[in-house]
Amino acid sequence: MREILIIGAGPAGLAAARAARARGASVTLLDAADDVGGQYWRHLPASLSAGREDLLHHGWATFTALRSDLDDDPGCRIVRGAQVWAIERGETTGRPDAARPDAARPDAGNRDTGRPDAEPAEHDDRGGHVVHALAGPVDGTDRERITLTPDALVLATGAHDRTLPFPGWDLPGVFTPGAAQALAKGERVTVGERVAVAGAGPFLLPVAASLVQTGTTVVGVFEASRARTLAAGWLSRPWRLARAGKKGAELAGYAAGQLRHRIPYRTGTAVIRAHGTDAVTAVTVAKLDRDWRPIPGTERRIPVDAVCAGHGFTPRLELAVAAGCVLTGDSFVAVDDAQRTSEPGVYAAGEITGIGGVELAMAEGSIAGHHAAGGDTGTSPVRAARVARGVHRDIARRIEAAHGIRPGWSSWLDDDTVICRCEEVRHGPLRDTAAATASTSLRSLKLSTRAGLGICQGRMCGRTVDALLRQHAPHAHRNDNATFDHRPLAFPLRLAELADHPKDNDRKESA
Amino acid sequence: MTVPPFPVPPSQDPIRPDPGTSIRISVDETEYPGRAGQTIAGVMLAAGLLSWRYSSGSGAPRGAFCGIGVCFDCLATVNGQRDVRTCQRRAVDGDVVVTQHDPLPRPPRAPAPESAAESASEPAHRSAPEPPHPSGPDSPLREGGSGA
Amino acid sequence: MDVIVIGAGIIGAAVARELTRSGIAVTVIERGAAASATSASGEGNVLVSDKEPGPELVLAQYSARLWPQVARELADELGGTIPADGLGGGHRAGSGAAFPSIEFDRKGGLVVATTDAGIEPLRDFAATQVAAGVDARPVTLDEARELEPDLTPSATAAVYYPEDAQVQPVIATEALLASARRSGASVLEGTEVTGGLRGADGRLSGVRTTAGDLHADAVVTAAGPWSAELTARLGAPVPVQPRRGVVLVTSRMRPRIFHKVYDADYVDAVGSGDAALQTSSVIESTAAGTVLIGSSRQRIGFDDRLRVAVLREIAAKAANVFPFLADTPAMRCYGGFRPFVPDHLPLIGADPRLPGLWHATGHEGAGIGLSVATAALLRDLMTGTEPAIDALPFSPARPSLAEHLQEVM
Repeated sequence: MREILIIGAGPAGLAAARAARARGASVTLLDAADDVGGQYWRHLPASLSAGREDLLHHGWATFTALRSDLDDDPGCRIVRGAQVWAIERGETTGRPDAARPDAARPDAGNRDTGRPDAEPAEHDDRGGHVVHALAGPVDGTDRERITLTPDALVLATGAHDRTLPFPGWDLPGVFTPGAAQALAKGERVTVGERVAVAGAGPFLLPVAASLVQTGTTVVGVFEASRARTLAAGWLSRPWRLARAGKKGAELAGYAAGQLRHRIPYRTGTAVIRAHGTDAVTAVTVAKLDRDWRPIPGTERRIPVDAVCAGHGFTPRLELAVAAGCVLTGDSFVAVDDAQRTSEPGVYAAGEITGIGGVELAMAEGSIAGHHAAGGDTGTSPVRAARVARGVHRDIARRIEAAHGIRPGWSSWLDDDTVICRCEEVRHGPLRDTAAATASTSLRSLKLSTRAGLGICQGRMCGRTVDALLRQHAPHAHRNDNATFDHRPLAFPLRLAELADHPKDNDRKESA
Repeated sequence: MTVPPFPVPPSQDPIRPDPGTSIRISVDETEYPGRAGQTIAGVMLAAGLLSWRYSSGSGAPRGAFCGIGVCFDCLATVNGQRDVRTCQRRAVDGDVVVTQHDPLPRPPRAPAPESAAESASEPAHRSAPEPPHPSGPDSPLREGGSGA
Repeated sequence: MDVIVIGAGIIGAAVARELTRSGIAVTVIERGAAASATSASGEGNVLVSDKEPGPELVLAQYSARLWPQVARELADELGGTIPADGLGGGHRAGSGAAFPSIEFDRKGGLVVATTDAGIEPLRDFAATQVAAGVDARPVTLDEARELEPDLTPSATAAVYYPEDAQVQPVIATEALLASARRSGASVLEGTEVTGGLRGADGRLSGVRTTAGDLHADAVVTAAGPWSAELTARLGAPVPVQPRRGVVLVTSRMRPRIFHKVYDADYVDAVGSGDAALQTSSVIESTAAGTVLIGSSRQRIGFDDRLRVAVLREIAAKAANVFPFLADTPAMRCYGGFRPFVPDHLPLIGADPRLPGLWHATGHEGAGIGLSVATAALLRDLMTGTEPAIDALPFSPARPSLAEHLQEVM
């Protein structure tokens, strides 16, 4: 039976699992969180259940049905709390070479798919990728080692918030919108009593709604894009939007909620500074021009307990890059009509192929799972998913047109504004070091400024540093192909877990 | 007056939560209550702690930021294991959390005796003081080394 | 005199700087970007401890003498206004040339044996180095633990090398190149050499590039692992092969490792020509508070795919030297290619087959440390000055290389 490994159990991964099972493949579904659902259906753990949890979610019934179908399906193994930390490319991909001493070595205690090491590829498109994961408590030790060599791999790793820096954004009390969502939906904790929600994109609306449901006062939703840009993005060819039934209704629902709770929704406005010493106590908001430059004289100071700031999303690409997948010019995983990546046997679905929301993710997941399991194009469920994918890609384009980041944001930075949070690389030194070395290599710039070299590995600042370096040296084209998305170790793991025989070292130490 | 994060009062929560199981964890030897299933960061935030780490360079306070395990701002030492993302790790009754501060090492010694004096007169580094260097100036080995 | 230097890694940068300071008009040609390949893939070793008595040790000792002076000159010239850690405060706004520190640090090295069988070879090796003028000090295990309190209790012998130093290799490369630029060198990045130009007398008189033909009195190859391909294009191939190396980086911690610490296998691994995987521990902390854990040596061509087995072996050996590392997270790994030469010596000097062609390549894993001495040596050879050390062992015309050199094409 064809073995399909799906990484990521959000909407795209769940849909992929269902589609691959429908085609009769054996499915393993890994997620780093300890339950499925991803960030979109982030929910209470079993120990914190609630009678009306559905009030916090859209499509909750869809999710719970999907989850219980897969949980009850003996052909689908769901491994929760499994952190994939590396993907090795196999022999059938990349450059030719001789030795592959390590791949899929039979390893006692592994939960292998049972595929022996030296077996030749039996499917035309099998890429020979080896996936390494650890299952157990997050950042624990002695976790269970999982090594898998599937026939096909579906990457559905999703995205995380992208927050543009502003002075004070590193103060405690400034969160990403995703953090507010996770705390509200995952454990019923609110980030403060008076909260500013700021940034860009339709996702700010459900965040404000979640906060209201936790009893918080949202002092305002500050959307950087101006009303005219929003209208042009959302309302060009509105008859197309009508086809996106559920999405349209969801957004309309948020809008109604905003009115009901009297949340001010300010377009063309940004939080350009957070004030406070040990924690945020106030923000400065300002009106923006069409390029997101603050308009002098429009600044207004608002007392707050917390800020949720997000300016869109960054796809989580490290596993796709490790697998060898080619990226698009705007740094998403390039896929074809069947959601196939450039790598044999590797499929991608959801936000890593383009930010588009839950319906698009599920459509792509269905298509990816179907084809990964050997399905062909003509099958009717795939035809429906393809139609849905077309509609929701159109919406995604509108979102980008309406809310996409404009270059003027960098004018709200001070020289002292932290850009890279981990290494505390500030805007002035970043710019000056880049100028002093005159480097045309992103790799060199990272190593000489330390931007992006900290423990988050550039997840938070990578896109920002890249953009700033390009702004500060517009004439210097890049002469290397370095990116911030290359993380061969996808997540930190302890040396004992990495080492061949961690227990031996322990014994040696105590002997 | 800033109001820190707080748990939604169950009696006012429209989703009608079950009471759940109470747990306690300690953070730097102070006990905090939580409910089974919360993350460690969630317990700390709900208890009104906004930050539990100082940044390595400037010593600025840091707590949770991304909430989904990608920014690593919320690291702490849990049950003796350092660098645990507290926003992702579920709290277990009796967990011992120790806040984690990793100040940068002092800049390297100057390249040669001539410039050593200059570097010694530079303003003190802003980060928290470094623990005593075990092979500092008192070590005969170190003395011999710098004189070589 | 006009000289073309091909390659803007640390060797090319150091050579460009030395030649330019001697009044030579230098053009550096780099296929990609400066400081972004081998020079960005290592630990920044400036070592004598790993070298057995012989020409490479002499070159390393020469470099060890030059580095403090070069570091000082670079700081004076470029103004290291950002503190060595590169983080937090300290930045002088508006200073313009805010060049980061190259983090040169003569922190010393400690070589540690962890088996009884390893004691004698380590002591004997150190004794031969002492005879060759290396400051190698056998220390008691108590003294070793005074130097490194977290060292494994299973250490059996240790030798302390006060002369071993570290430099931040990318910043050092950029600084050497910036200094060369200030002295008049020009640097063409994103420009690939496609072939050689020959004069009527058969001399190499320049290069063909993707940006057009460039003429010069001499051409220096400093293309590291890619030197074989480059010199083949110029018509005089040299036997330099890539040897893969991988380094692990831990998360930041309070300072717990104070020197460069190696297990005694390191010397064997460096000197070996074996194609199979070899690992040995080279462990040190950085100015950023992380710990670098090297390294592997594997001749697998230009295959840069991640190999988990290599990481597992590096991790296990490091935890064997510093047991506390077992609980420490590795947060990153990086790898690169070292330029490997069959007789284990760099090529520094004139190519015997093709007048006008000079080499400064093949330093394997020691190029960061050996760069400044290589540049000084090549400068003396090209300007007809008496070099400070014997240049013959590094000559591309040396007998041990003859069987590997093909006729000029």
